[in-house]
Amino acid sequence: MVTTPLLPSDYLDLVSPLRAGADLRGRIEAVHPETGDAATVVIRPGRGWRGHTAGQYMRIGVDVDGRRLWRAYSITSPTDRQDGRITITVKAIPDGKVSNHLVHRATPGTLIQLDQPTGDFVLPHAKPAKVLYLTAGSGITPVMGMLRDTEFDDVVMVHCAPQPQDVIFRNELHDLVADKNLRLTEVHTDTDGRLDIARLGELVPDWAERETWACGPAGLLDAAEEHWTEHGVQERLHTERFRPRIVVAGDGGEVTFSATGKTVGADGATPLLDVGEEAGVLMPSGCRMGICFGCVTPLKAGAVRDLRTGEITEAEPGVLIQTCVSAAAGPCDIER
Amino acid sequence: MTAIDPTAHLTAEQIEELGRELDAIRDEVIADRGEKDAAYIRKVISAQRKLELASRGVLLFSIFPPAWLLGTAGLSVAKIMDNMEIGHNILHGQWDWMRDPKIHSTTWEWDHVSPAEQWKHSHNELHHTYTNVIGKDNDLGYGIMRVDEDQKWHPFHLGQPLWNFINACFFEYGIAAYDLELAKNLHKRRRRNPEFRARAKAVGRKIRKQVLKDYVIHPLLSGPSFLTTLAATFTANLVRNIWTHSVIMCGHFPEGVQVFERQSVKGETRGQWYLRQMMGSANISGSRAMHFMTGNLSHQIEHHLFPDLPSNRYAEVAVKVRALFEKYELEYVTGPLPKQVFSAWHKVFRLSLPNKKPKVKTPAREKEFAAA
Ligand SMILES: Cc1cc2nc3c(=O)[nH]c(=O)nc-3n(C[C@H](O)[C@H](O)[C@H](O)COP(=O)(O)OP(=O)(O)OC[C@H]3O[C@@H](n4cnc5c(N)ncnc54)[C@H](O)[C@@H]3O)c2cc1C
Ligand code: FES
Repeated sequence: MVTTPLLPSDYLDLVSPLRAGADLRGRIEAVHPETGDAATVVIRPGRGWRGHTAGQYMRIGVDVDGRRLWRAYSITSPTDRQDGRITITVKAIPDGKVSNHLVHRATPGTLIQLDQPTGDFVLPHAKPAKVLYLTAGSGITPVMGMLRDTEFDDVVMVHCAPQPQDVIFRNELHDLVADKNLRLTEVHTDTDGRLDIARLGELVPDWAERETWACGPAGLLDAAEEHWTEHGVQERLHTERFRPRIVVAGDGGEVTFSATGKTVGADGATPLLDVGEEAGVLMPSGCRMGICFGCVTPLKAGAVRDLRTGEITEAEPGVLIQTCVSAAAGPCDIER
Repeated sequence: MTAIDPTAHLTAEQIEELGRELDAIRDEVIADRGEKDAAYIRKVISAQRKLELASRGVLLFSIFPPAWLLGTAGLSVAKIMDNMEIGHNILHGQWDWMRDPKIHSTTWEWDHVSPAEQWKHSHNELHHTYTNVIGKDNDLGYGIMRVDEDQKWHPFHLGQPLWNFINACFFEYGIAAYDLELAKNLHKRRRRNPEFRARAKAVGRKIRKQVLKDYVIHPLLSGPSFLTTLAATFTANLVRNIWTHSVIMCGHFPEGVQVFERQSVKGETRGQWYLRQMMGSANISGSRAMHFMTGNLSHQIEHHLFPDLPSNRYAEVAVKVRALFEKYELEYVTGPLPKQVFSAWHKVFRLSLPNKKPKVKTPAREKEFAAA
């Protein structure tokens, strides 16, 4: 009443953006380079931060060139870090908007938006006797969170990277090896070639007995899932994907965002989430890869195609779509 | 159009070429929008909030005349900033590209009795689409005034200088009534329309909140300064109303601005639409502070051409737009604020009387009247 049409929090945000009760935000406190194209970002989360479980990720909203972009990053700090800060480790990918910004341009003091941690790529309560971590590239990040958090008696790690200097956290991994807390095999794909999952047994003879956490590019994870299934041990394999498996694209169409009153043309391969964001529509989002349902939105009219399966969904009262994995299949109207 | 058509010398191709050149100006700004612009609007919002807070703080002691003056001046400026550079422009979607839910046309609410949602409809959809089209654009005289010779005279118009003055003083209520299309909807049958009733309720709620804040809560908080704070907020609202009314009058009423027949906008091309915006708006010249206080509506022509470009860019766009006016030999209507306000008021007075001599009607206009 005193501040209408604003809320008191609008004024408090001016002075204390990380206070309890505020929208969850964080402040970047440091950025440490890890490799030539990867860096660890140290974040002081706001008071509302609920804490994470090792292996989980969180979404962060970063303003890049004045535009807010949301992406998911695995948390690489242990759950009991004394100073209450959390870290993520980001690998810059070619033309990647957020990853390049965080690795090369982010500066300490910058405020970012946060979301509570989430994800079920985590360790079980009961400690398994034997563990295998199978990772490649930036896929090492959630596993690093686990390694830093929980010690096991018998841990093997197979990690793939183009060259030794591309291995993120290399020194720390080698320290763990020296302390006999980890057995590590590095596969340097530039010289050794791609890891052939069928020959994993040569590196880790008892792989099938190990509770396994795997994270890396789609090719590696697809092969692993096939291999584990073939040997009837698929329940031992846990995977985390950074991108959805896209199989199809078709013709696009005009997309109307009726609540915002915008209409734009879209091709049949671009997720409606990206189309809306590009047009300045406020689109809810989450993992951006079809698993969290944070992006569901009513489809008011027209048809959309699921980019993972090619399945067409037509508008009917009550039909919700995941905008991050749906593209226009002809003209459609999204209620945003 | 009024008297002779000042765009008659342009061929259809030239008009489309003009449209393409304007599109190019727009694209250039869009490609270049970024961090600096985002920082600009955040800075303005933050400054507005601090100014409002500080002014209301000072007004707690408004019983002392210097505090009253300072607080009232600060609050007036804060309210003008809220309505003009911040509210009007955010509600146009000028900052939607930032995708910050706190600074977005679909979530913003302003210090004004007309709810943002309703204002957006009547302003963005009707006024900006049908700019200066008689019978379509209700901004043209707000339905209570005659602002062009082509509008039919009625004895009611004799009082229009007075109507305009009252409207200026209570402009935010005028706008709320206008967004509700009150005049049209007060007929018995329409009054019961559930959609209208819901909208009227929303306005009622907004008015209640605004009045409670400005005229009850803040005066009460001021304790012994109750009456003086009440007078201060009333004055600040009055100053804001008269200021915004003046700026907006300068946008479309001064001499030289064209109005259009309903007929002329049917099947309009992009180029023709641009041309109508160019001929139907007028600018105000002045200092940077003046542009800022008008919410950059002093660049009304540029705003009408590109309603969703960030307001801080209109000044640089204006240079290019003005060059196009010259290239295509069109009149760029502009002038200092006092001159434009006088010109607009002069028109209000002049047109309160019937036209001096019956004008020669062009055949096109006869047809239009026959159809009406
Ligand atoms: C659960 C989850 C956890 C994640 N954890 C991490 C993490 O810990 N560290 C990390 O660096 N990233 C992580 N990611 C990936 C991250 O969210 C971004 O997708 C990545 O940083 C690219 O964003 P961008 O804005 O830079 O690229 P964009 O500008 O979005 O994309 C640029 C181009 O790269 C392609 N592209 C997008 N993502 C990838 C990718 N992952 N690999 C290759 N090409 C891609 C796009 O198709 C596009 O062509 C995670 C993703 C998920 C879903
Ligand atoms: S954003 Fe997670 S399912 Fe779409």
